[in-house]
Amino acid sequence: MVDTGLPIRVVLAKLGLDGHDRGLKVVARMLRDAGMEVVYLGLRQTTDNIVAAVEQEDADVVGISMHNAGHLTLGPLIVKALGEAGLAVPVVIGGIVPDADLPELEAAGVAAVLGPGASVEEVVTTVRSAAGRDGST
Amino acid sequence: MEAPEPGAGSSAVAELAGASRSGDRRATARLLSLVERGGDPADEVASATQAHVGEAHVVGITGAPGSGKSTITNSLTTLLAEAGRRPAVLAVDPSSPLTGGAILGDRVRMSGASEAGVFIRSMATRGHAGGLALAVPGAVRVLDAAGFDPVVVETVGVGQVEVDVTAAADTTVVVVAPGWGDAVQANKAGLLEVADLFVVNKADRPGATDARRNLDLMLDLSTAITRPGTGRPSITMTTATEGDGIGELAAAVAGHLDLLCEGGELGQRREKRRIAEVRAHLEHLLAGAADEALTTEGLQPVQASESPMMAARRLARKLLG
Amino acid sequence: MDDPRSTLSGIPLSPVYGEGPLPGEYPYTRGVHSDMYRSRLWTMRMFAGFGTATDTNGRFRELLRSGSTGLSTAFDMPTLMGRDSDHPWSLGEVGRAGVAVDTVEDMADLFADIDLGGVSTSMTINGPAAIVLAMYVVVAEQGGVERGQLAGTLQNDILKEYQAQKEYIFPPRPSVRLVTDVIRFTAAEMPRWNPVSVSGYHIREAGSTAVQELAFTLANGFAYVEAAVAAGLDVDAFAPRLSFFFNSHVDFFEEIGKFRAARRIWARWLRDRYGAVDERSLKLRFHTQTAGVSLTAQQPETNIARVAIQALAGVLGGTQSLHTDSHDEALALPSEAAARTALRTQQVIAHETGVTGVADPLGGSAYVEWMTDEVERRAEEVFAHLDEIGGGSILEGVHEGIQSGWFMGEIAESAYRFEREVNAGERIVVGVNAYTEGNGSPGAELLRVGQETEDDQLARLATVRSRRDSAAVTASLRRVVADATDPEANLMPSLIAAVRARTTVGEIVEALEGVFGTYVETAVV
Repeated sequence: MVDTGLPIRVVLAKLGLDGHDRGLKVVARMLRDAGMEVVYLGLRQTTDNIVAAVEQEDADVVGISMHNAGHLTLGPLIVKALGEAGLAVPVVIGGIVPDADLPELEAAGVAAVLGPGASVEEVVTTVRSAAGRDGST
Repeated sequence: MEAPEPGAGSSAVAELAGASRSGDRRATARLLSLVERGGDPADEVASATQAHVGEAHVVGITGAPGSGKSTITNSLTTLLAEAGRRPAVLAVDPSSPLTGGAILGDRVRMSGASEAGVFIRSMATRGHAGGLALAVPGAVRVLDAAGFDPVVVETVGVGQVEVDVTAAADTTVVVVAPGWGDAVQANKAGLLEVADLFVVNKADRPGATDARRNLDLMLDLSTAITRPGTGRPSITMTTATEGDGIGELAAAVAGHLDLLCEGGELGQRREKRRIAEVRAHLEHLLAGAADEALTTEGLQPVQASESPMMAARRLARKLLG
Repeated sequence: MDDPRSTLSGIPLSPVYGEGPLPGEYPYTRGVHSDMYRSRLWTMRMFAGFGTATDTNGRFRELLRSGSTGLSTAFDMPTLMGRDSDHPWSLGEVGRAGVAVDTVEDMADLFADIDLGGVSTSMTINGPAAIVLAMYVVVAEQGGVERGQLAGTLQNDILKEYQAQKEYIFPPRPSVRLVTDVIRFTAAEMPRWNPVSVSGYHIREAGSTAVQELAFTLANGFAYVEAAVAAGLDVDAFAPRLSFFFNSHVDFFEEIGKFRAARRIWARWLRDRYGAVDERSLKLRFHTQTAGVSLTAQQPETNIARVAIQALAGVLGGTQSLHTDSHDEALALPSEAAARTALRTQQVIAHETGVTGVADPLGGSAYVEWMTDEVERRAEEVFAHLDEIGGGSILEGVHEGIQSGWFMGEIAESAYRFEREVNAGERIVVGVNAYTEGNGSPGAELLRVGQETEDDQLARLATVRSRRDSAAVTASLRRVVADATDPEANLMPSLIAAVRARTTVGEIVEALEGVFGTYVETAVV
C-alpha cells in the first residue's frame, strides 16, 4: 500500500463479552496522539459490526482487544470474516496472549499481537507497520 | 472490484463511482477517502459523481455535546432503514489540534443502525486538505450519488465551521437536552438561527417540559429564528435511548422536506449551498496561491519601502493577472 | 513464631499503642476492632473459578484443605453478562475466565460435598446477582441448610459496573432496584449474608487513582444507603451488612491512608448524614485484593514481591479479608502452584512477621496520619461535586455522573496519565521500563482451558433443558415479569421459584430485559 497522505485510520473494538476497556482506551489515545484517526467501536462488538465498520470507514488497520482467554477462537474468526467480505485489512490483537499461542494466531492470519505493558512506541510502530506506513503518520 | 490506489487517474475513479452507484460499499468508502484527501483526486471524484447528485434529502443533526445527537441519529436512521429507505450517516468529530489525530466515537452509539444496514462514515474535522467546509459537501455528494437517501450529517454544535456545515443541509435538526443551560448554550453557538426542527431529547428527565417552554419562548421572541419558507420550527420530544418520539421526528423531517418542495424553497437552499461551496473552493484556491506567492522569491514578497497593505495589493495584481 | 504477644526476642507487646480514639472506637480510623488481628486473623479468601462447575469444585476443596477459610467464586463472562452458554455471544468464552453457571444444577455441582452451613462464600457477580443468590439458596436448601444459616457475600455492586467494569445488563435505575430487592430480602431472611460488596477494586483496575477509587466507592455506598432507605428500610436494618472491597496497589503508604480514611468517612457520613445509631452500621468492613493491574508479564516472579507488599498494606490498613494475586495472572488464569504461593504469602504475613501483634501499628505516625487526612480531604471534594450535581442526593449525583460519562472520563484520564508517565520514564516499573535484563525467559506452566469445557457445558445445558418441566419454566418466567413490572414487589421470591424450576440465567435475564430494557453505554474514550 502506498502512502495516501492521510492519517492512518484504525478501527478499534472489543470482541467478546468482557468489559475490560482500559487497555483499548489507552491505545486509542496513544494512536490519536500519534496523529492517527481512531474509529472507536467500544464494547461487545459482533464480527458483522466490525466488518461493516472496517469497510465503511476505509480502515487501514483493525485493532481487536480481548481479555477473556478466547483469542484462539475469536482471533481467527475476525480474520476469516474480514477475508470473506473481501477486506484485506490487517488485524492486530491486544490482550493477554501467551507466547505459545502466537504461532497459531500468526498462522490464522493475525498481523501482530500486543501484550499488556506494551509501550507507546511499540503500539504505534506495530500499527504503522501493519498499515504498511512505517515512518509516517 | 479491487479498489485502485489514490491518484490512479480519472478512469479508475470513474470505475469506483460506477461500482459505488451499483451498491459496492467498499467503492463508496474509497471515494470518501479520496474526497478527504483533497486536491486532484477529490476533483476527479466530484466530476465522476456530479451527474448523479440531487436525489438525496440532506439532513443535518447537531447539538451540544451530551445532548444525544448520536443516539437520535442511530434511532432515526434505524427506523428509516427498517422502513425500506437507504440512509447514510456522516458523523463528524473534532480532531486534536495538536497532533491532527482523532478519536471518532460516534459508532459506539450507532450499532443498531449499523446492524440495520445503515452506511456510517466517521470524519475528523482535520486531516483532510481544504478543511471541513470542502470535505463534508464532497462526501455528501458521494453518498448522494451512491443512492443513499437521506444523507444525515451529524456534527457537534460547537464552532462556526461545524454549525455552517450542518446549516448547509436541506433540513437542519437541533437537539437540546433538558436544562436551561443547554438552550442558552445552543443560542450562543448560533444553533437556534439555523434550526428547521428542534428536538428536546431525554424527555423522560426532569426539566424536559421546561426546556420545551424555553424554546417556545425563544421562538416567540425572535422572528429571526424562523427560517424563510417553512414557518416556525416544530419541537419534537424524544427519549432516543428508548426510541420514544423517533417516529414523530421522522415524520417532522419528511414534512419539512415536503414544505421545502411545495414552496420552491428547496431549489433556493440548494443554490445557496452551491454558492457557499464554490466560495469555499475559491477561498481555498486563493489561500493556496497566497501561500505560494509569499514563499516564491521571484515575486519579491518583502520590500522595505512598502506597507503591508501595498505589498498585498501588488501581489494580488500579479496573482489575479 | 505464632505468638503475637511478644517479639522474636521476647519483648512483650501491648495490644495497642498511642492515644485515643483507639481501634474499635469511633470514627474507627484505627480499625473496627479493639485488638484487631490478635483475637481473629483476616479471612484468607482466594478467588477461584474456571471451567465447569465440577472443575471449580475440585479447586475449592483443595483450597479448603490447604487452610483457606472462605470460598470466592469467579464466574465466566457469559454468566456475568446473564447469557446462557449456548447464546451466540458466549462462543469461545464458556468456562474460560471463570465457572459457567446456566442452571441451579451447575450451582449444585459447584458446591458439591461442601458444607454450606460451615463456610462463608463470596460470589463475584453483579448484573445477574439476584438470580445467582436465588440459586445458592436453593442449593443450600436441597442440602438441608436453611437460608438463615448461610454466610457470605454477594458482590451485587452494579453502580461501579457503569463506571468501570462495564458488566451491566439493564439500565441503572432498574438495576439499583434489583440491588435494593436483595438488600430487603437478606435483611429479612439471611442475617449472616452481606448483600452488597461495594467495590472499588474494579474502579482502580480500570485506571483510577487511589483517591478516585475511595471516593467513587464510598459515593456508591452512600447511593445504596439512600436507595434502600427510599425503599422503606431503616438504615440500621441493613447498613451493618454492607461490606466493601478495595484494591491494594503498590504505593504503600497511600494505600494504608486510603483504608484508614475509608473507615473514618463512612462512620461520619452514616452517623451524621444518614442518622445511623447502631455502631455496627458505622463500622466499614472490607475485603482487599492485591492489584492485578500492577502485575507485569515481564519477569513474572517479580510479582510475588509486589503482591507481598500490597498484601502487607492491606493488613496494616486493617482489612477483614484478603485475596493475594498469583504471580502468573498477567499471563493467564492462575495455575494451582502460583495460587498456593499467593496464599502462602498471606500466611507468612500472618504467622511470621509479627505485624498482627499490635492493632494499627502505624497509628500516630506523622506521615501516615497526614496521608489519611489528605486522602480524606480529596475524597470529600468528590462527594461535594456529586452532591451538587445530584441536587442534594448522592444517589442522584451518581446517576448523573454515570449518565454524563463523568466517572468514565475521570478514570480514563488517570489511566492515560499513568501510562504516559511510565512511557516517559518518570515512573519506574521494574522489568517494564527499567531492569529489563532477564525479560523473555521461558514462562512457568500456565493453566489453559480448552474447547472441551465449552462442549461439556453445552451438553449439560441441553440435558437440563430436555429434562425439565417446560410448562413450569414458562409459568415461572411469567411470574418474574409480573413482579418486575410491579415496582413495589420484591423479585427474590419469584427468582427463587424460577431457578428451582430449572429456568436458566439467560431466560430470566431476557424476561427482565423485556421489562427493564438493555443498557448501552455512552462511551467516553
